[in-house]
Amino acid sequence: MIWDNDFAISVFPLLLEGLWVTVQITLLGTLLAAVLGLVFAVLRRLAIPVLSPVVSFFVVFVRGTPLLVQAYCAFFVLPAYGVSFDAFTTGLVVIGVNYSAYMAEVYRSGIQGVPKGQWEASTALSLPGARTWGRIILPQAVRTVVPMLGNYLIQMFKDSAVLSAITVVELMATAQAIGSSNFRYLEPLTLAALLFLAISYPASRLVNRLERRYAPQH
Amino acid sequence: MRPSTEPQPLSADAGPTPGPIVRFQNVSKNWGSNQVLKSLNFEVAPGEKVSIIGPSGSGKTTILRILMTLETPSEGLVTVDGDTLWDVAPGQKARETKQLRETRRKIGMVFQQFNLFPHMTAMENVIEAPIHVLGMGNAEARERAADLLTLVGLGKHMNHTPPQMSGGQQQRVAIARALAMRPKVLLFDEPTSALDPELIGEVLNVIRNLAHTTDMTMLMVTHEMRFAEEISDRVVMFDNGAAVESGPPAQIFKDPQQERTRTFLRAVLQH
Repeated sequence: MIWDNDFAISVFPLLLEGLWVTVQITLLGTLLAAVLGLVFAVLRRLAIPVLSPVVSFFVVFVRGTPLLVQAYCAFFVLPAYGVSFDAFTTGLVVIGVNYSAYMAEVYRSGIQGVPKGQWEASTALSLPGARTWGRIILPQAVRTVVPMLGNYLIQMFKDSAVLSAITVVELMATAQAIGSSNFRYLEPLTLAALLFLAISYPASRLVNRLERRYAPQH
Repeated sequence: MRPSTEPQPLSADAGPTPGPIVRFQNVSKNWGSNQVLKSLNFEVAPGEKVSIIGPSGSGKTTILRILMTLETPSEGLVTVDGDTLWDVAPGQKARETKQLRETRRKIGMVFQQFNLFPHMTAMENVIEAPIHVLGMGNAEARERAADLLTLVGLGKHMNHTPPQMSGGQQQRVAIARALAMRPKVLLFDEPTSALDPELIGEVLNVIRNLAHTTDMTMLMVTHEMRFAEEISDRVVMFDNGAAVESGPPAQIFKDPQQERTRTFLRAVLQH
């Protein structure tokens, strides 16, 4: 099979549409994961009876099962129990929740990294718990984990290809569809790979710079 | 068995109490099998400046940390200004109550490691608690913070963050931050131990001024013997979880009655 430039150029706009869906899922999914992960991390640390162990179990469960299995269950099994959303929404929630479990661990290490003296000073000043978390602990914890969150964003960008299995028409699914309807896979799959790389490579360079900038202050 | 000392009921509603402002009654603290405080009885009068000296591991810092509620006593009664801070019966576990949170506000603490909030300016460090704990308005809090930072000699550094300041400057901000809460009792936990030698003087000067110009009760754990001698009304020697000797600085340093105090002072004053 020889590279067909005209064919490649003709399918490129379609692939860009797929890429746009991938980018949307990655940005919204990372946002969801970042917020949920933070909530999970704080809930675990607060050691609330029943709730904290349940959250801990959920995090272990999500981390211990493949993303593909979670996506299939959400898209093909849950509708049988009346929970049904379109492929894009389902994919977004599945990948967001999946990554939130990993991000919860990242936040946990960030929270642990805040020196004990910061908690003690907050106690000595009688700061309420919510203020201690919101103004003292989390700003310092999140600062040190920003680069790691960036790495997960890049990983999610690539992992989102898994969602093609539940009919989310992102970059990978678009490339497959073009390939099967034209019986030519070389151009669409090569272009898809190059498009993934065109975004993930500069993004990882950016994360490297963040790592230097957000080095711990202590 | 606990010694059968008569537990005198302290009335919390009798207005300004003439009695001690800080009172430890039969307070013990155990770390596993290690007893850090052994049924301690200890009182501080209102306005008194007390220095606590003694070898490390003698339990002196634990007293401050129990007062600041950073540690729980295993047993005993602690009152501050007539209000109960801790009341732990034998075999019970200490609990954080509403009463404890209220009483805690009367106490402030200056830490060995400063413990300033590194992501906030000196000004923000000082106004944080007055605004969010005392409910003070922003303008008033800033005005008072500016006065306090000027008092500790940092009027020109209000907008600097801790990483931009020397250890001595950070510790002075920490003192201003504690003062901003208008504590009745201010605790100093080895406030100069983490400082470079040439920065110790500026911090001691601030504490000396406070000791001489306020009627705030001050309780200080320190290794600066000369300083303790100079500013204290009373010096307490701790060893092995108990107060072995207590008296005016002149007596403790010039004419200690206990052999343990004599050997300790000989060791630390030698160099």
